[in-house]
Amino acid sequence: MTETSTPYAITRTIDARGSFCPGPLMELIRAIREASVGDVLAVYSSDKGSKVDIPKWVEKAGHRLIALETRDGYDELVVEKLR
Amino acid sequence: MQRILILGGGVGGTLTANLLARKLHREIRRGDATVTVVDVTGRHTYQPGFMYIAMGGERAEKLTRSERGLLDSRVQLVIGEAVKIDESEQLVELADGQRLAYDQLVLATGSRILPEAIEHFDTEAHHFYSAKAAAKLRKALDGFKGGKVVVGIASMPYKCPPAPLEVIFLIESELRERGLREKSDIHYCSPIGRAFTIESVSEMATPILEDKGIELHTFFNVETIDPGRKVIGSLEGEELEYDLLVLVPPHKGQQFLMDSGIAPAPGGWLPTDRHTLLVGESKNVYALGDATDLPLSKAGSTAHFEAPVVAERIAAAVQRRDLSKKHAEYEGKVMCFFEIGDGKGTLLQFDYDHPPKPPKPNQLWHLGKIVFNKTYWHTVPKGRV
Repeated sequence: MTETSTPYAITRTIDARGSFCPGPLMELIRAIREASVGDVLAVYSSDKGSKVDIPKWVEKAGHRLIALETRDGYDELVVEKLR
Repeated sequence: MQRILILGGGVGGTLTANLLARKLHREIRRGDATVTVVDVTGRHTYQPGFMYIAMGGERAEKLTRSERGLLDSRVQLVIGEAVKIDESEQLVELADGQRLAYDQLVLATGSRILPEAIEHFDTEAHHFYSAKAAAKLRKALDGFKGGKVVVGIASMPYKCPPAPLEVIFLIESELRERGLREKSDIHYCSPIGRAFTIESVSEMATPILEDKGIELHTFFNVETIDPGRKVIGSLEGEELEYDLLVLVPPHKGQQFLMDSGIAPAPGGWLPTDRHTLLVGESKNVYALGDATDLPLSKAGSTAHFEAPVVAERIAAAVQRRDLSKKHAEYEGKVMCFFEIGDGKGTLLQFDYDHPPKPPKPNQLWHLGKIVFNKTYWHTVPKGRV
């Protein structure tokens, strides 16, 4: 889990539960394309691969992973668009 | 009277219609049921052949036939463009003003490519998702004297997921045969963190890319083309120079499905039950093939294995009987050949619960693909395989 001390307001939530890898990542990429710098996006994914794929992509793309929380049957990944 | 309306005369629509004509032959003969296909062109195109226009000497005229000739004589064909679906009235409106009523509706409306969604795509990038584009790519390859070859994917999902890998393998083989390999750098850009969406296929393909000296760029979602500098830029902030650029264009579902409120924007893919193939909450609207939002290959093979399920469910509803166990539900079956280059291929066969275990590439699977392509007209649309 990635901890943060800064409170954040989620701009948009992408519910990709039920979608299989790389579906949740592609949903996030689509949303990042449409978002503004500073927006905070939350992705819900029930695919275990997302916990690995999404943080890797976020790092490569120069954005920030604010949180990765395991919920009831899915993961919530929170990403801030930095550029 | 049960009116079954099928929108789209591709693999899924044609096969579903022909299977229904057989299953409901008594009802059709008695006038208790009709099966009607609506298709924009009235021509059936074998789209997997496009790649071979660019890479295998295929001719465009060999890839299209009359839809009427492929349909069972008991199936009616309407040539027209669907522009609106009214689910509450159970009506489909065509561009020419015709209104077709249905009791059971099948959406086999496929996907469409949007090269124009990326600026300068038309002038700078090649693709192989139409006969014309594939012929243009062939011409560019003929004139290629060496340099930087880049094959990439603009966005997902797209038709025939293995195709860009197949194309890069075939281009690499061709350049080697033509003595141009030493003068060429070859790059493959994948939008995700590996070479292919399915992990086991990625594990097979990655060493082949390495053996062939093809550089793999992961997390490279092509966003811009700079024609002045001959550079593509990724959403992730990387750049790559090219002399010959081949890009899978963005794909979407049909606009009229979004306009009718059945498929959500911006993708336009139909929300489809993974087992029953029913659309949304509907009890009489089915989707198959590229048009669905299922996490499966957008490929003729998917439609091929979905069609028996749609046909069985509709036939059972019309005949007011229980579903036959064999085709009661779709289990995600897909099967397709995969070209590796140098006259070799492999086979991808999988379903929702069983990922593919591609056999070691050999000449047999390549020949299998060629034979399948040539015999397609007599097998798949007619329901013989």
